[in-house]
Amino acid sequence: MNAERPVLEAIGVSKRFASTQALLGVDTALQAGRCLGLVGRNGAGKSTLVSILSGLRAADSGEVRFDGEPAPPLADIGAWRQRISTVFQHSMTIAQLTVAENIFLGEQPGRRGFVNWRDMRAQTRRVLREWDFNVDPGVECGTLTVEQRQIVEIAGALVRGTRILLLDEPTAALERDGVRRLFDRVRALVASGVAVLYISHHLEEVFEICQDVVVLRDGEVVLTAPTPTLTQDQLVSAMVGDIEAPVISMPAAAPAVRHKSTELSEELLVVSNIVAASTRGSLLDASLTVHAGERVGLTGLLGAGVATLGRVIVGAHEYQSGSIRFDGRRLPAGRPDATLAAGIGYIPEDRWLEGFVGLLGISENMTMSIAGHLAGRMGFLTPSKRTAAARPLAKELSLVSRGLNQQVDELSGGNQQKVTVARALASGPKLIVAITPTRGVDVASKELLLAALAEITRATGASLLLASDELDDLQICDRVIVLLRGEVFKEFTAPPFDTEELIAATEGLVAVGRD
Amino acid sequence: MTEVREPEPATTSELILLEKRTRRVAAVAFVRGAALLPVIAVLLIIGSLASPYFFSVGNLAGVGQQASALGMVVIGESLIIMIGGMDLSLESTFGLAPMISAWLMVPVAAFGAGTLWGWVPGILVLLAVGAAVGLINGFAIVKFRLNGFIWTLAMTIILYGLMDGIVSGQSLTDEPPAWSYLGSAYWGQIPVSLVFTVLVFIGVGLFLRYHRWGRDIYAVGGNRAAARAAGIRVDRIRIGVYVAGSVLAAIGGLMEAGRISTVASTQGYEEGIIFNVFAAAVIGGVSLKGGRGGMLGAGLGVILLALVQNILDLGNVNNYWIFAIDGGVILFALMMARVIGGEAAAD
Repeated sequence: MNAERPVLEAIGVSKRFASTQALLGVDTALQAGRCLGLVGRNGAGKSTLVSILSGLRAADSGEVRFDGEPAPPLADIGAWRQRISTVFQHSMTIAQLTVAENIFLGEQPGRRGFVNWRDMRAQTRRVLREWDFNVDPGVECGTLTVEQRQIVEIAGALVRGTRILLLDEPTAALERDGVRRLFDRVRALVASGVAVLYISHHLEEVFEICQDVVVLRDGEVVLTAPTPTLTQDQLVSAMVGDIEAPVISMPAAAPAVRHKSTELSEELLVVSNIVAASTRGSLLDASLTVHAGERVGLTGLLGAGVATLGRVIVGAHEYQSGSIRFDGRRLPAGRPDATLAAGIGYIPEDRWLEGFVGLLGISENMTMSIAGHLAGRMGFLTPSKRTAAARPLAKELSLVSRGLNQQVDELSGGNQQKVTVARALASGPKLIVAITPTRGVDVASKELLLAALAEITRATGASLLLASDELDDLQICDRVIVLLRGEVFKEFTAPPFDTEELIAATEGLVAVGRD
Repeated sequence: MTEVREPEPATTSELILLEKRTRRVAAVAFVRGAALLPVIAVLLIIGSLASPYFFSVGNLAGVGQQASALGMVVIGESLIIMIGGMDLSLESTFGLAPMISAWLMVPVAAFGAGTLWGWVPGILVLLAVGAAVGLINGFAIVKFRLNGFIWTLAMTIILYGLMDGIVSGQSLTDEPPAWSYLGSAYWGQIPVSLVFTVLVFIGVGLFLRYHRWGRDIYAVGGNRAAARAAGIRVDRIRIGVYVAGSVLAAIGGLMEAGRISTVASTQGYEEGIIFNVFAAAVIGGVSLKGGRGGMLGAGLGVILLALVQNILDLGNVNNYWIFAIDGGVILFALMMARVIGGEAAAD
């Protein structure tokens, strides 16, 4: 194999969607045995480039080459899959099929259409062992963890003989240990001569495992360089471009405007002894209090029940026992409409699932929570009234769109998240419950969202309950509560919070970090 | 907050461009809703070639009257489809509601119950039957989370059985004229039922666009979880739509019974109108996945089906071939709607 010749090249690739130029003359190349980081803000064209490189979409102009040969036609999916495999952020495994079936999906070993199950299981076991993946070939993928499903997808790529792997935000749903194991696997793959394209919003990850990095901005490559020659600041300014980057330490600076001592202000939210079952982290006995005007962070490992507690409070998840009092009154369980009416704004964890109605327009989504207030006595309201109500929010959050009637489906991920946030803010809530609001959002937008949350809570005196596994996010909080296996494990009351101590607490360790 | 983030277009020309785009988006949406217009135009030409009688006021009024009853059911079904549901039992409600109503009004000799109610309680009963069926369906599907397809499939058979059972398979005639007025009367040369149905189409269309509950229907159909998270009373909206759909079907049944001055035991279920109801809605761009569609398209779907039926009748097409041609035209219309409507019509 010639080390000089790239295994994958994009030459002058351009792509246009209606009025949006998604990619413009993109040149990039992957080398065998190297990991290339692809970074850029939401809407920079990363997803489009990934879809073109993986043969899901045709470029308008330019070409894709494998080992110097032109790429196979788009219709020949099999040929593409032998050359390149993509592991998407959202798992593409089929939950009802076993690990072995998912790995061999579409090309099960056997003759004349009959599947040779024994052969398939044996081959699966061989691949899994070879790469030291610890998964049982016979179990259904639906029972696997996110990390294990990712392993299945990578294994599926390897049995096809793929030497090029695209990883699209692979760490988005992993907890810290999982990320570490993923990195070990990626390093092993790269060492064996696989070319990896690594897409991530987490720049520290890019610095950790990528040898080279390419930056997309507004559909164009603005920087390609070996990672060690760059600093994080240089990378961020390449991504953000002319628009000056908000300072990275902004959230830490935000709480500079302190509230009056929280001990003196009244209790706004009192959550007592909640017990709730959930596949994604049950609550065994969770209690917490949020005072008026206070910003409380909530964190913990993936199964600790952080998101569950947030969902229970806003009424999106039922609970078995315990009570929630808000503003002196008991909140009914499982009634998002009642919590909204009581004055709680909800920024859901999964925006595709709960954040917006994709077929409807931006202004309609933003004002969905306040349609009752906007409407006249008979319940009628005009679209222009919604737009008028949505415009200030869109401006506040710097939403980028082709107009406020544009379908939310057509927006980039970061802008969709802004719509979701705006929907929560529209009702003028006394408490904002935000669950991982910065997930899948680029660096600059993330700073902006956190700054907006900090600013709005400061300006309106609203409280904030911020549930997040991104420890950086928690720096805008006055107090951080760490959950461990469904119970409150530790509370940090003095910002700025020490990341080491927070990590230790999420792992259930107390002593570490205070010696 | 800082002043650094202002990526929104700033210049006047850009803003004007944005406005234009917004208007173009609205125009595109209208074209999609009206995707059937060319097909209907072709049908009108074919109709005029098939028979000189086609373009007479008498014929078109008759077509309008016939289509009105179906149109009411299509409105109801469209709303139900738009919230992501389906209701096969509307066709039986279409027969059962007028049957119970007539049964309570006509004398025993005419197979009535002997209660001899007047037309006012008769119509109230008709509406109540519709509401009750919708409520039962709504609760079963929304609150008990039963499969809507199987539930309403069973319901359609049960309701038909009730309809047959209470009158032992007889057809009822001699309802009070006031009861039959909506389905049979003409204002000049225009059937009252046509005027009524058109007004309901327009009213529901405006409701869907300008009323918060109408918007809630799109939100619930487009993404139920997101609608719930936004504080919309999702269950209420869904049950409400099932009730509204059944009531509209009951009113459609009243029109049909008035038009032929009989509640035939075949009305609805045995005629198998539900196929035409779904066809009209889907051809008209109402997405079976929910969240997409409107009254303009659904209304044009009804008109299209009615015209096809009328042309086949007028054209002296051999009776044995009518079903084959009818089905073929529906498929053709679906393809045309897909071609003209673009990606939005693709499901």
